[in-house]
Amino acid sequence: MLIVSPSPHIHSGRSVKQIMYSVLLALIPAFVVSLYVFGIAALQLTVIAIVSCMFFEFAIQKFLLKTDKQSYTDGSAAITGVLLAFNVPSSLPVWMLVLGCFIAIGVGKMTFGGLGNNPFNPALVGRVFLLISFPVQMTNWPMPHLSDLIDAQSGATPLSLMKEGLARGESVSSIMKSVPSYSALFFGLKGGSLGEVSVLALLMGGAFMLYRKIISWHIPISILATMFLFSGILYIYDPNSFVFPLFHLLSGGTMLAVFFMATDMVTSPMSKPGMLVYGVFIGLITIIIRDFGAYPEGISFAILFMNALVPLINKYIKPQRFGHKK
Amino acid sequence: MKISFKKTFSLGGIHPPENKITATKSIISAQLPDMVYISVNQHIGTPAKIVVKKGDSVKVGTLLGQADGFVSANIHSPVSGLIEKIEDTPSASGYYQQTIHIKVQEDIWEDYIIKDSDLNRDIESHTKEDIVARVKESGIVGLGGAAFPTHVKLFVPEGKSPKALLINAAECEPYLTADHSLLLEKADEILVGIALLMKALAVQKAFIGIESNKKDAIKLITPLCSKYSGIEVVPLKVKYPQGGEKQLIRAISGKEVPSGKLPLDIGYVVSNVSTAFAIYEALQKNKPLIERVVTVTGKRLEAPSNMKVRIGTRFSYLLEQVGGLPSSACKVIAGGPMMGRAVASVDAVVSKGTSGILILDEKETKRAKEQNCIRCASCVSVCPMGLEPYLLKYHGQHSMHENAQQNYILDCIECGSCSYSCPANIPLLDYIKVEKNSVIQINRSKNLK
Repeated sequence: MLIVSPSPHIHSGRSVKQIMYSVLLALIPAFVVSLYVFGIAALQLTVIAIVSCMFFEFAIQKFLLKTDKQSYTDGSAAITGVLLAFNVPSSLPVWMLVLGCFIAIGVGKMTFGGLGNNPFNPALVGRVFLLISFPVQMTNWPMPHLSDLIDAQSGATPLSLMKEGLARGESVSSIMKSVPSYSALFFGLKGGSLGEVSVLALLMGGAFMLYRKIISWHIPISILATMFLFSGILYIYDPNSFVFPLFHLLSGGTMLAVFFMATDMVTSPMSKPGMLVYGVFIGLITIIIRDFGAYPEGISFAILFMNALVPLINKYIKPQRFGHKK
Repeated sequence: MKISFKKTFSLGGIHPPENKITATKSIISAQLPDMVYISVNQHIGTPAKIVVKKGDSVKVGTLLGQADGFVSANIHSPVSGLIEKIEDTPSASGYYQQTIHIKVQEDIWEDYIIKDSDLNRDIESHTKEDIVARVKESGIVGLGGAAFPTHVKLFVPEGKSPKALLINAAECEPYLTADHSLLLEKADEILVGIALLMKALAVQKAFIGIESNKKDAIKLITPLCSKYSGIEVVPLKVKYPQGGEKQLIRAISGKEVPSGKLPLDIGYVVSNVSTAFAIYEALQKNKPLIERVVTVTGKRLEAPSNMKVRIGTRFSYLLEQVGGLPSSACKVIAGGPMMGRAVASVDAVVSKGTSGILILDEKETKRAKEQNCIRCASCVSVCPMGLEPYLLKYHGQHSMHENAQQNYILDCIECGSCSYSCPANIPLLDYIKVEKNSVIQINRSKNLK
């Protein structure tokens, strides 16, 4: 018996699973650095978050939706778990993280119909929920304590040092003396969330995803370029109140957000021009929150806000059409 | 010789595994079958009008069907023998079509056909009108797959003036090597055919677009071009669907055919390389279109080949000559894997537009289960027309015909790049084809009012 079906008769073999597992692979360098910097707590939190996210997806499908369709092994729940864990301090109590996973998967993803239908990045939904609910625990940053597995010291992240210093009326140049050097920021020897500390490791992951064509350059580059230009203009305007642009790119969750959260396929625009607009606005909003807002870090809020605008972007910003030049 | 292979079209495109198994194989002549089945509707346009009847005996080259109207094509007998019956028979596409069944007896050719294979470079003795008339008489259609009557393309309406002729030798479909093998074996004849086409169109320039996976052909043809004025080889980067008319024009000239317009509107005429060869034979050998090169291929076939085949031969007969249909066969495709048509049975016959017969097994062709769209946008980024397949699918599913049209569903060239790339295995093109058809129907009924 021959099968008759319309063309095309072959397929690239790319699958959702393959894409998701490649993203997980791309997160490994950052994970290794977080193990090195924060010790066993990094392993503990990451594994718990992955297991929780997969469990909640499984349980919701099985007991609430009562469907035989199971998607918890497709890798997307695991990615949400890793990203959420990467977005919390290493000292966060485990139960809070598990609650965050429940919100991420339950509210952020499954309410909307599961993978592909969620308007907001589930990991960011979880993170923002935790940040608003447990502001103290979510901003208590254990400092890298490399010789010792127990993190006793806590301190502020470079971004919050900057924010607090400026609030006290100090000048940027005097604050810069107390924050880690650019090279420490680049390699990851600084306080911060689990997975965001090493710019180098995140760049490696990003490069891998670009190479495997899982993401395109449009979103990361437009965010980074906008952040650099906008903060650069502010820096030129007043170098005493605004920090040098490179600091913005290397500190906080910039690289993690730019390569792994803003590029989330489900919640980002479909057309290349749309991606550029999305990226530019994320960059602008991030710098506005960081330089003028109440929070030291704003990229999560910027991404969530732009997530909400994605349907609008998709509606009005179309890909370049063939044969429709004006 | 250093050749640059950077030229290609700008938007989208994919690079599926080439699988050109038969690229190094020379063309073999298929054995003459016992029966041929000649449909009167092998081309785009009105079916030909049958001019023979049951019981007639015919020779190779006898006219069987007369073109009915301007957009139609003559049909000649590819064999000599007896007309057994004329009845509606399912074609390769599954539709019943009026078909002439001819029982083959010997191989007697009409006297007007010159049977030798000597190269004839004479172009001077043919006038512009001669060429167009002979192309029409010989029943030549586009051999790339669409089977559009070639004389229609050569007729230039008033107010239009072609600047250049583009010859499509991209052969971007995986597996197929019919054009490639013809380029290697009949290069001179093809160039004469191109020169004749140029004369018919009154253009001074012709560009042959060849993809870089056919370096041997590029190296062979480039020096030969110097014997003819105005013919140039343009090496192209391998990218599907480069053989699409609009993509080829974009790749070679850098210009885009505006939506809803024809290539001629921006001064180009595109023709396939096999068509150019058919034109050579029609003009220099008086030979109508009665045979063509078909790539019979597939990884499981014993002896995949490029075969010179009489029109109307059953697939089954050709498959026997390359080791038989493998038991693992899951699909038999008339054409390439991206745009070809799966046939229901190996009783399907070779028509003028059949460039290949491809056998795929289950692993190669079975569709995987459709999953949720993850909005990865790969359908958008591979679309060579800059469309949004995910959106058009949505419009189709919800009968949003106006939205579909506003998002240029009619620009879709049905290349299948979207379905091919979708990681969620969504058959985007299936949905789009259905919706495109609805939109066309609606527009037609609006125009009637």
